[in-house]
Amino acid sequence: MTRPHPVSNPRRRRSRWPAAWTAAVTADALCSVAASAETPLGYLEGFGVKTREIAHLTWALLILSIVVVVITSALVVVGALLRRSRAPVGNIEQEPVSRSGRGVAWITIGVSVSTVALIGSMAWTAYTMAAIRAPSQNPAVTIEVTGRQWWWQVRYQSDDPSRVFDTANEIHVPVGKPVRVRVKTADVIHSFWIPAVSDKIDLIPNQTNETWFQADKAGIYRGQCSEYCGKQHAHMGLVLVAEDEASFKAWWDGQLTPAAEPEKSELVRAEGVFLQRCGACHGVRGTSAGGRFGPDLSHLMSRRTIAAATLPNDTGHLSGWVADPQHVKPGNLMPNLGISGPELASVQTYLATLN
Amino acid sequence: MAVIDYDRAPEFATAGYDSPAASRLHALWETKPGLIGWLSTVDHKELGVRYLVTAFAFLLLGGLEALIMRLQLAQPNEHLLSPEQYNQIFSMHGITMIFLYAQPILSGFSIYLFPLILGTRDMAFPRLNAFSYWAYLAAGLFMYASFLIGAAPNDGWFNYAPYALKQFNPNPNMDFYALGMILLGVSTTAGAVNFLVTFLRLRAPGMSINRVPILAWGTTTTSVGILLSVPAVSLAFFLLWLDRQFGTHFYNPDGQGQPLLWQHLFWMFAHPWVYIIVLPAMGIVSDALPIFCRRPLVGYTVVVLATITTMVLGFGVWLHHMFATGLPFLALSFFSGASFIITVPSAVAVFAWIATIWAGRPVFTTAFLYFAGFVSMFVIGGVSGVMTAAVPADRQLTDTYFVVAHIHYVLIGINLFPVLGGLHVWFPKMTGRMLSERLGRWSFWTVFIGFNMAFLPMHWTGLAGMPRRIYTYPEGMGWDTVNLITTIGAFVLAAGILIFLANIALSRRNGRVAGPNPWDGPTLEWSTPSPPPPYNFPVIPAVASRHPLWEDRLDEGLGRSSIRRGVVLDHGKEALATSTLDGEPDAILKMPEDSLSPLVATIVMTAAFAGLLLHWWMFAGVCAALLLAATIIWLWPERELGQRAEASHG
Repeated sequence: MTRPHPVSNPRRRRSRWPAAWTAAVTADALCSVAASAETPLGYLEGFGVKTREIAHLTWALLILSIVVVVITSALVVVGALLRRSRAPVGNIEQEPVSRSGRGVAWITIGVSVSTVALIGSMAWTAYTMAAIRAPSQNPAVTIEVTGRQWWWQVRYQSDDPSRVFDTANEIHVPVGKPVRVRVKTADVIHSFWIPAVSDKIDLIPNQTNETWFQADKAGIYRGQCSEYCGKQHAHMGLVLVAEDEASFKAWWDGQLTPAAEPEKSELVRAEGVFLQRCGACHGVRGTSAGGRFGPDLSHLMSRRTIAAATLPNDTGHLSGWVADPQHVKPGNLMPNLGISGPELASVQTYLATLN
Repeated sequence: MAVIDYDRAPEFATAGYDSPAASRLHALWETKPGLIGWLSTVDHKELGVRYLVTAFAFLLLGGLEALIMRLQLAQPNEHLLSPEQYNQIFSMHGITMIFLYAQPILSGFSIYLFPLILGTRDMAFPRLNAFSYWAYLAAGLFMYASFLIGAAPNDGWFNYAPYALKQFNPNPNMDFYALGMILLGVSTTAGAVNFLVTFLRLRAPGMSINRVPILAWGTTTTSVGILLSVPAVSLAFFLLWLDRQFGTHFYNPDGQGQPLLWQHLFWMFAHPWVYIIVLPAMGIVSDALPIFCRRPLVGYTVVVLATITTMVLGFGVWLHHMFATGLPFLALSFFSGASFIITVPSAVAVFAWIATIWAGRPVFTTAFLYFAGFVSMFVIGGVSGVMTAAVPADRQLTDTYFVVAHIHYVLIGINLFPVLGGLHVWFPKMTGRMLSERLGRWSFWTVFIGFNMAFLPMHWTGLAGMPRRIYTYPEGMGWDTVNLITTIGAFVLAAGILIFLANIALSRRNGRVAGPNPWDGPTLEWSTPSPPPPYNFPVIPAVASRHPLWEDRLDEGLGRSSIRRGVVLDHGKEALATSTLDGEPDAILKMPEDSLSPLVATIVMTAAFAGLLLHWWMFAGVCAALLLAATIIWLWPERELGQRAEASHG
């Protein structure tokens, strides 16, 4: 685990983890393809207790809406064509004015039918609100998510302080268990949203909002900030990994481990460069890098993406990002460090060990 | 009250537009030629057209911004705009369309039409009318000046704190917006007061409130809405400006301020505002669709009541913009219920229009096409609104492109379609020439197809999860094709608008001469020549029914309206005040002459706001003092304006 080598193949990287975990990840990847490959942020199919209820309601309202639109448009078109006057457009007075027909019955019937449809929709809404208000059992996991321009700081809570840890932009949860999410913000308003499993909840300054969700199907899901938060609102994504309980526990245990002491001199030098260039903003468990401005990097290599689900986490993108973070996400708060080639190689070497 | 001393029984006479009385009135009411005359006019017809032209110009600007955005979003990962440029453009697009186009264009219609359809000679406060136009123009230019220094508002039209505060937005972007909106609020408020008083006091004798055209009802209802809602937003922006400039903590979380306070104040204004920018447009349709269906509107009374109910309920739904802010479900359920219920009065109007088509004999003019298209667009915008009223569904739908599609069906469907249709109806009245029906059809179908091509697929974009206000998006999200279709549709829509403009340009000079009543319309404006003379009516008409020009054919009761015989009122600029409910003659009003005061007041007021923007406090103070002086000069008592006589009580 301490042997340095450039990591380019995620599978190989993961293969150094317990076998059960590797198997789960592979299965998850497949699930994710089955689940929402066409529209990763779509929500017309729910993959959680809450979102399934909401999807039913949304479909019902959508179908009702389409029916209403089709009927009323047909009434307009058919009525206009059936009753069309033969008078020429330029000589409209040829069609005599008259108070023919009563017509008020249209309003009475139309409004009555609409009102019944509305009351039905309200009832379904009320039923859904009751269904999604609270989980059926006490949440198994509590996650504290803090929005930052433009990434997600994540802290897993535990009664046992030694099991609390920080990570960023990637959340893991056990399948079939309710998860409590406490959301806060360090700057402006953001909104936490993982359409497949969790509806939106805003992150508002001086306020801790709470929501919950329960993923019912293992898979990798995408989340996205959905309240406008400034220049890089577009690139404030989030990855959710829903996995079986054992894999989840293994992942949590893995996240608690501190970074290994570098042994080889090459690695010691690499760590030095990292601490000097990156450590003021980024934290790595078990080292003197304790920065809190940027995402915690303790287990960077276990994450699937970088830059808040903007880029895949592979060597090429990671080096590109470290060398020029303003290129992909202009305006983001990680400055171009003017890092030299050899320094970049060192940082890359060190980051590759953070798995 | 020594009114007797001044009492004068107004003369009754029969007078047409070529009578000696008419030429006397013409001389009295005419605007002076030349630049000074142009700058000082208080003629509601001139000001109404200026409103329409200015608002249309802002529509074109906002449309241009939309096209630039659509180019950026046509494909994933495009780099036409930087994030900051995109954010400024989408913010200005919203601000322009919602504040500088949608409401002012309807004000334009109403300012032009109010005195004509109500049967009087001008708005109740002609100088205030001029002031509200100048202030609107000034507020628009003020906000657009931000582009000149590259610091346009960049936090959306909703402008949420704390991103709008100084720590995240140190440049003056937000100050332009905050001060510009307060300035615009002055204009909107002045306009609303004017509509309200004109409606209550200047209707033709006999025009009881159940005989008033629905456009007047719509505009008056929204004027009350404006008077109740604009204070919230003016206050909200003023507090924002204080937070930004003087470190107060209304919204600033660093000092225990409440960012949510902004949202409450803003939406308490902005949701009613959505109704403010559609109800008069619905009034345009309710008045003009029947002309082309050759029968009166079905259900006049319920449509009026529905209009008022919508506005009232519109004040009780603002929280549905905040369903995801973490408020308790109990509070949300009330607002969810109200948001469902507000559909009922809209359904009343929709079925009234459908009934009017079925019970009438529609003539397929371009205007009719726009109004019929509008009914369908209205329903689409309405049902997507109902979907967002359901709290759980909204917590998925909100802040996605689904809501973008919704708001565009509301604003283009319910505002732009009636506006374009309405321009086809009243352009002949304003200019004396007909718009080309051939070009009109071309423009209608291009606009209709382009609009639906752009925004119908956008519902899907939203259901596929595309968040709003993102300057770009990655591949593989299922959004590529729909975005490209939307972009193409937007350009088709723009082409339709260009055809419409070409129609205006060509028909203004070469269109068929309209005559007084080219559509055989029922209301008073069609009894005047096209364009109407400055005094509108040689005698104040007396109204006996809802459709004065149709009453012989409709058999609406025994009485007959008297259009050519009535009180003359030519001792200076005069108008007749009538009682609020029944339209009984009440007093002779002395109307003011043209004046430069409104323009001067606007200039010094705008200069004061510019001073606040630039932190030239002394300059702002001096301008404020000048504003006071200009107002005093404006309002200085004039002998001719003394209220000298009451009309004889019948």
